[in-house]
Amino acid sequence: MSRSAAMLIMGVFTLYFLTPIWWLLTTSTKTGSEITSTAPLWFTADSAGTFLTNLGRLFAYGDGLFGRWLLNSALYAGVGALIGTVIAAMCGYALAKYEFRGREAIFNIVLSGVLVPATALALPLFLIFSRVELTNTMWAVFLPSLVSPFGVYLARIYAAASVPGELLEAARLDGSGEIRTFFTVSTRLMAPALVTIFLFQFVAIWNNFFLPLIMLRDQALFPVTLGLYAWNSQISQIPELRSLVIVGALVSILPLIIAFLALQRFWSSGLGAGSVK
Amino acid sequence: MISALALSGCSAGGDSTEAGAEAAPCEASEGPVTLNFTTWVPGMDKVVELWNAENPDIQVQVQTGPNGNSGTYQNFFNQIQAGNAPDLGQIEYDALPNLRVQDGLENIAACEGVADAQDQFVDWTWGQVTFGEEGSVYAVPQDSGPMAMYYRADLFEAAGIEVPTTWEEYAAAAEQIKAQGSYITNFPKQDVNWFAGMVWQNGGQWFANDGENWDVNLTSPESEEVATYWQDLLSKDLVSTLPSFSDEWNASFNEGQQWTWVSAVWGATTLSDGAPDTAGKWAVAPMPQWEDGGEAAGNWGGSSTAVLKGSDHPAEAAKFALWLNTDPEALALANELGGIYPAAKSATDLEAFAGGVDYYGGQKIYEVFADASSNVDPNFTWGPTMTQTYTDVSDGFGAAIGGSGTLMDALETGQQKTIDSLKSQSIPVAE
Repeated sequence: MSRSAAMLIMGVFTLYFLTPIWWLLTTSTKTGSEITSTAPLWFTADSAGTFLTNLGRLFAYGDGLFGRWLLNSALYAGVGALIGTVIAAMCGYALAKYEFRGREAIFNIVLSGVLVPATALALPLFLIFSRVELTNTMWAVFLPSLVSPFGVYLARIYAAASVPGELLEAARLDGSGEIRTFFTVSTRLMAPALVTIFLFQFVAIWNNFFLPLIMLRDQALFPVTLGLYAWNSQISQIPELRSLVIVGALVSILPLIIAFLALQRFWSSGLGAGSVK
Repeated sequence: MISALALSGCSAGGDSTEAGAEAAPCEASEGPVTLNFTTWVPGMDKVVELWNAENPDIQVQVQTGPNGNSGTYQNFFNQIQAGNAPDLGQIEYDALPNLRVQDGLENIAACEGVADAQDQFVDWTWGQVTFGEEGSVYAVPQDSGPMAMYYRADLFEAAGIEVPTTWEEYAAAAEQIKAQGSYITNFPKQDVNWFAGMVWQNGGQWFANDGENWDVNLTSPESEEVATYWQDLLSKDLVSTLPSFSDEWNASFNEGQQWTWVSAVWGATTLSDGAPDTAGKWAVAPMPQWEDGGEAAGNWGGSSTAVLKGSDHPAEAAKFALWLNTDPEALALANELGGIYPAAKSATDLEAFAGGVDYYGGQKIYEVFADASSNVDPNFTWGPTMTQTYTDVSDGFGAAIGGSGTLMDALETGQQKTIDSLKSQSIPVAE
């Protein structure tokens, strides 16, 4: 295939993927009535002003509920992905670097966890959390998001490839304990994989919708996805919510874009490192 | 904690088995009580603040979520199963039979003041919460959606077309309007409950329950008449088929492509918000009639406040539900913040419904809806599997619009699938 044909195909798909985001951007700069009465993919005369007004209304509506949701999402996704990454890294590292009975069995069980959709687990989790009276608390969303079977898988194959056994031997000879070796030596070597796991977990928790839908009743605990969904389902009663949902959707994807851009450097170098070895 | 769980499980089980068909005795709890109330009406927390300020011993906590079919009903079922359902929940009339069949509702007929409240509510809404049975009250009516016809007074006048009062005239006007390059209305294929409102107006019944068996009748003669009528308009391309409440749907109203909308009372704000450029040009008239001189109206939407199974404080919950849906101050605030059109008869006294509305040329449109409300057949019954039935019929409507099959075919398929679905849930069906 010629280079120009490849570029054309990429161009078409780029357009295909970016058009909805472009629409989100232009529509965020419109008032409720302008959404239906102006060109959908272009700005209006007073775009900037309307956008600022919309933003102001978004964060003011319902006593600042939206800001609260953003903070909740940041907490669920940020802390959840961080701790989830550490757990996955330790687990994958242990599976890669230590010989013990049942190692492969454990790995296979963890791996099969990748195949179980989170949605299928939500209802059993609800019944379990009901028993211990943790539904409608932050824990109900936070605890399940610490689990990342895919992260364990990635950490194991990356640790096997990038952490030399000789180095660990040397550390032991120098008198470093296993835990200290893991945090000071191994995690540095595994950094690209850890960033990848963190990003995957962050995005998965940020976008997780079904679990919060089932677990949470109190609006103050909602993550931003569930909050916007709830608003969206109320549009027929409160039409002014339509423009807030759109602006809110735009604002809610910004943290993801920022996370990707900020961590991209580590991430792509990691992928490269893997391919050369 | 374990003993507490066992205790609450025990008391809930005891009540429900002893109750049978009779309402359980409803005794007030001792000491202060906290109730949970799940709703999706915006601003309901502010309404509840009024109550909490005056009732220190019965405090209500509001939980707001997505609207019923978007997840809240499913949550109710999960919570009832797990034994931690809220004391009170907002439930639309068409979902009540489902909750009841799943044993999710407390019968509050014996609670103080509940039985006496019947006169305070529009007759047909009371029928919805009692299922027409003596000694049964499963919820308190909250709001309703009596239907009428929104129409573009200016366009009808300019074109010299009479505003239709019968469905026959409506079809004739549709042809004249099409000749002018517009549509008389839009056929909403996803809103099967709108279509049910049309059947309701025509005196049709989709479901009946004789106390033992469910009778499914989506294909009754009245239902068929409505289906054939709209199929005819669709076949002649006299109505548009945009997805309702979408941007393009709003735009077609805003640009004068749609001359009428037969819709519920809550549609008044949908219209004024979606089609702002047409302000002052709309008016409201009663629904077109099947018989000359008739007055029948349909209903689209409306919900109730129910006491959910397992509540430890049904008496207090019932007391709050009655206050919420009859207190003038509460009703006024619920209307202002949540757009609620109350099911209480006293709604007509509310200031919000007394005056003329600018968007509708200053017309006192709520008088039309109040009349419509009193002309809704009180005996209409919803089935216990409405979500499923809506999906099945809507799929068929979509196919009919696409040119394969007819609306009547869709109802026949929906009929069969509904019966199958009831049987698969071991709900007895009469055949």
